[in-house]
Amino acid sequence: MLTPVIENICRAEGTRVLAGLIRRFGDFDLAEDALQDAFAKAIEVWPAQGLPAAPAAWLTTVAQRRALDLMRRRRAGPHYTDEPPDVAAQESDDEGHAAEISGIEDDRLRLLFTCCHPAIAQAAQMALALRTLCGLSTREIARAFLEPESTTAQRLVRVKKKILEARIPYEVPSGESLPERLQAVLGVVYLVFNEGYAGTDAPGLVRPDLCTEAIRLARLLVELMPQESEALGLLALMLLHDARRATRVGDDGAIMPLEEQDRTRWNREEIAEGLELLDSALALRRRGPYQLQAAIAALHARASRAEDTDWKQIAALYGGLLREQPGAVVELNAAVALAMAEGAERGLEWMARLGGREELSGYYLLPAARADLLRRLGRLAEARDAYRAALALVRNPAERGYLDRRLAECGG
Amino acid sequence: MQYMILIYGDEKNFAQMASSPEAQKQMYAAFTKYTKDMRDAGIMRAGSELKPTSTATTVRVKNGKTVTTDGPFAETKEQLGGYYIIDVPNLDEAVKWAARCPAAQGGSIEVRPVGVMPATV
Repeated sequence: MLTPVIENICRAEGTRVLAGLIRRFGDFDLAEDALQDAFAKAIEVWPAQGLPAAPAAWLTTVAQRRALDLMRRRRAGPHYTDEPPDVAAQESDDEGHAAEISGIEDDRLRLLFTCCHPAIAQAAQMALALRTLCGLSTREIARAFLEPESTTAQRLVRVKKKILEARIPYEVPSGESLPERLQAVLGVVYLVFNEGYAGTDAPGLVRPDLCTEAIRLARLLVELMPQESEALGLLALMLLHDARRATRVGDDGAIMPLEEQDRTRWNREEIAEGLELLDSALALRRRGPYQLQAAIAALHARASRAEDTDWKQIAALYGGLLREQPGAVVELNAAVALAMAEGAERGLEWMARLGGREELSGYYLLPAARADLLRRLGRLAEARDAYRAALALVRNPAERGYLDRRLAECGG
Repeated sequence: MQYMILIYGDEKNFAQMASSPEAQKQMYAAFTKYTKDMRDAGIMRAGSELKPTSTATTVRVKNGKTVTTDGPFAETKEQLGGYYIIDVPNLDEAVKWAARCPAAQGGSIEVRPVGVMPATV
């Protein structure tokens, strides 16, 4: 059967074709509907006629015809826009799809910036990017975010309507607003990754792999904006984290701390690629928080044993990160690095100062980090109290598993 | 594409300003310049300050009878104090103009696309 082959082609080419259709018709729903119909047509026609030489061009042509058709039908009913789409003008270059294809790279970039537009709520930004750029179905997105399918569906309907009716531009922002908007895009991609990375609370549930999807989005961004050092830095960071994924949770389902992970099981390919990307990013000589975090992850990845970790340099990099991205959570990580580099007491002093920070109230990692340092120092009674304080703040079973084990080790 | 720029702010601050002619003068100068910039850019279609919500009357028709109540539609922390209607190509442009509004500092500006009546009506 040809169907799986055709489905693969549709998946591979879908994003490009969809991005072009959205630019041309300015309507996400129309573009998606037309593309779905083109896929159906491909499954019907290709087995008999053979695969076209340029499947993307074929799909574009068929989907465009379909979109024009759908538009004509909609025009029969009342329409509420002040400027009806100029169907005649669009039809006149219906055959110009070859030229269309050459502009496709930019279209995918436009799509990414539009999905991550600051006028769109964050949850909707992620859902829309996963839908249009990663080709996930509504059901898959709902599963990934552990929400009812109807919630996701509604979110997507609302956001597409807003893009259309508030006329959120379909373009890569220019000049002054580009750096800020690029930060927003990177932020959304990283959020998708973290959603997957932290999503250990749903064992057994079939979750589409958000880490893989985030890496896919970052790859697209790097491919389209190869000179953006922070895009390279983000992709490097995610690959270096993803490389450790298989070892993050032990056989008992509890979180496995970095120092106890089986480093031989880290994904060497991802590490090699991450390190290479980080080098290319640093060569551009425009530092940023993602590159700094990737550099920290790289130092962990380079240490073949936990005791070989260059904590002095990691502490220095956290210092740099704090200057770029001040915040209590970064400070907590910096305190841990300082403890590893210069002794647990130094880390505990810093954490004591962090105790009063509002951003960290209710944040289980503060007492958990304190507990680990107290345990190292052999101050077991204090360590037990701190582990219990952390346990009171966390529900995730994998994280609880780790804290329970440590508490037992401390005689609690 | 037309957008309405709705200017929200705390009326109390506004009322207090009345006791300081200097602050009031500065604010009106800022709005005069903002309005002139919009006119010069050729995007302004309408706009005005609104009298305070204490002057508002809310009207509803129930069973064919007009019912009026004193005050605004809803009591809120920030009140609608003025509006502009501008004509710009897209939301990014509208947001840029909204951010330049003198009341954006300390208040909130809502940007809403203006709908168009169906041609058949």
